[in-house]
Amino acid sequence: MGILEAKNISLSINGNKILDNLDIDFWEGYVHAIVGPNGVGKTTLGNVIMGLEGYRDFEGDILLNGKSIKKLNVYERAKSGITMAWQEPARFEGLTVEKFIKAGAKDKSIEKVKDALKKVGMAPEVYMGRAVDKSLSGGERKKVELASILAIDPKIVILDEPDSGIDVASLENIFNAIRFLKENGATVILITHSLEVLKQSEHAFLLCCGTVLRRGNVEEIRQYFEDKCIPCDHKNKPEQNGVKL
Amino acid sequence: MSIDQLIKEANIHSAVHDKNTARLVINKDKVVDTNTVEGLKVDTKEIKDGVDINISLEKNTVVENPVHLCFGVTHKKAIQKIVINIDIGENSKIDIFSHCVFPNAVDVKHIMDGKIQVGKNASYSYTEKHIHSEEGGITVIPKAKIILEENARLKTIFELIRGRVGSIDIDYETTCKDNSVMEMTAKIDGKGDDIIKIKEAGNLIGKWSRGVLTSKVAVRDNARAEIYNKLIASAEFARGHVDCKEVIQGNGKASAIPIVEVSNPRAHVTHEASIGSVDSKQLQTLMSRGLSEDKAVELIIDGLLS
Repeated sequence: MGILEAKNISLSINGNKILDNLDIDFWEGYVHAIVGPNGVGKTTLGNVIMGLEGYRDFEGDILLNGKSIKKLNVYERAKSGITMAWQEPARFEGLTVEKFIKAGAKDKSIEKVKDALKKVGMAPEVYMGRAVDKSLSGGERKKVELASILAIDPKIVILDEPDSGIDVASLENIFNAIRFLKENGATVILITHSLEVLKQSEHAFLLCCGTVLRRGNVEEIRQYFEDKCIPCDHKNKPEQNGVKL
Repeated sequence: MSIDQLIKEANIHSAVHDKNTARLVINKDKVVDTNTVEGLKVDTKEIKDGVDINISLEKNTVVENPVHLCFGVTHKKAIQKIVINIDIGENSKIDIFSHCVFPNAVDVKHIMDGKIQVGKNASYSYTEKHIHSEEGGITVIPKAKIILEENARLKTIFELIRGRVGSIDIDYETTCKDNSVMEMTAKIDGKGDDIIKIKEAGNLIGKWSRGVLTSKVAVRDNARAEIYNKLIASAEFARGHVDCKEVIQGNGKASAIPIVEVSNPRAHVTHEASIGSVDSKQLQTLMSRGLSEDKAVELIIDGLLS
């Protein structure tokens, strides 16, 4: 039994079935990857686990340490130790990087803020006083968001496309942050279609059509994804090609 | 005692003990402390329920330290009228912090009527910081007409630092001559049954004049806000922008009327206005960090008004 389990999850949005009787479980302290092409339900699954608004009316159940968290809202799930970084982080007009990072941190000391920024490769003296708004690039906001997650010492972290908007030089900062989270005992869930990000994981799930098509060894999943999913011309419609799920 | 409270609330203790910092402290209709620096002339005359003030800065003068004006009322019930004329000479520079402090107000009315002239190549900034009581028993009616001569710079900020708004009715109008630049900003957080009215206008009558009007307002509980921002560009290459953001919580109600008027084909004015609840993505991001909805909203609004 994993620390976090999603059982028989089905969710439709505007009449489209996005998740279809999906079962998945995550082992404690591991870095997991959820891979698959666009539109297979990866981000939706992350949103359902986090309990975001618009993603709570689903069939099935989500268990944290064996207990259902289905009825908990996003705040209550965060209090249970789950957190998430968005593919496209929010902008906060006027809110400084320092205040944003401190917001959820248990240790609100300036040292903790500086440490979190350094871990994602950002100079505290340059960024702490800046606002988390459009004056920061998408990649900078992405790193600030990751720093805010490092500062809260979460049990379970969902990172949605952690490399999107990140330049090549900064990718290693993101990967270092993932390692810090693991070293701290966190269970990390990487949502990605990037093979580089997939390589950072220890265990992977391949999604297709809103459900788990394969799970297991990262190299096997990478090979399958590269050989079958990337060239696939019927993405998210396997029934048209006789693919059995 | 009253002056001590004003100085403490306005946090200007170091300024009132510095002979190189100009200041004027008024409690209701009495001038209680004043100091000036070279090139800056401050004349005051006590009038019924208030003070008549004339401030003039000689040309080619740069006032190094910000000037502190403290218009306070420590009484629970009072009327305070401030009639102020400010004349900034050519090529001069001055920054003024105006502390409007009404910490005990239950039924206080503060009326300000200002006329400001900023000379050629001069720079003038006016930051108005309000500290009110938690009672909401205050009415603030500041009016100002400002003229910017050629190449002059103006920056005004109006913000409520602490306490309840009560009722605020701001009416500022700036006329910009050639190459002048104005930036007027109001940031107010309304709660309870507060009433906020902001009317800011800019007349870009000079070639290459530029202006930005910004209003950021939060209305919670049963608070009401009406924002009228008007920017008129009638000169070649005049440029302007109106930006109005209003966040609503509870039964708050807000309206924004940005008026932009261009009468020269080479002028350009833009506007953006948004009114609504706190952005869902911002809210959920903070809640996913373990902040309750109320705390998340508070932080988002604090940021917006910071």
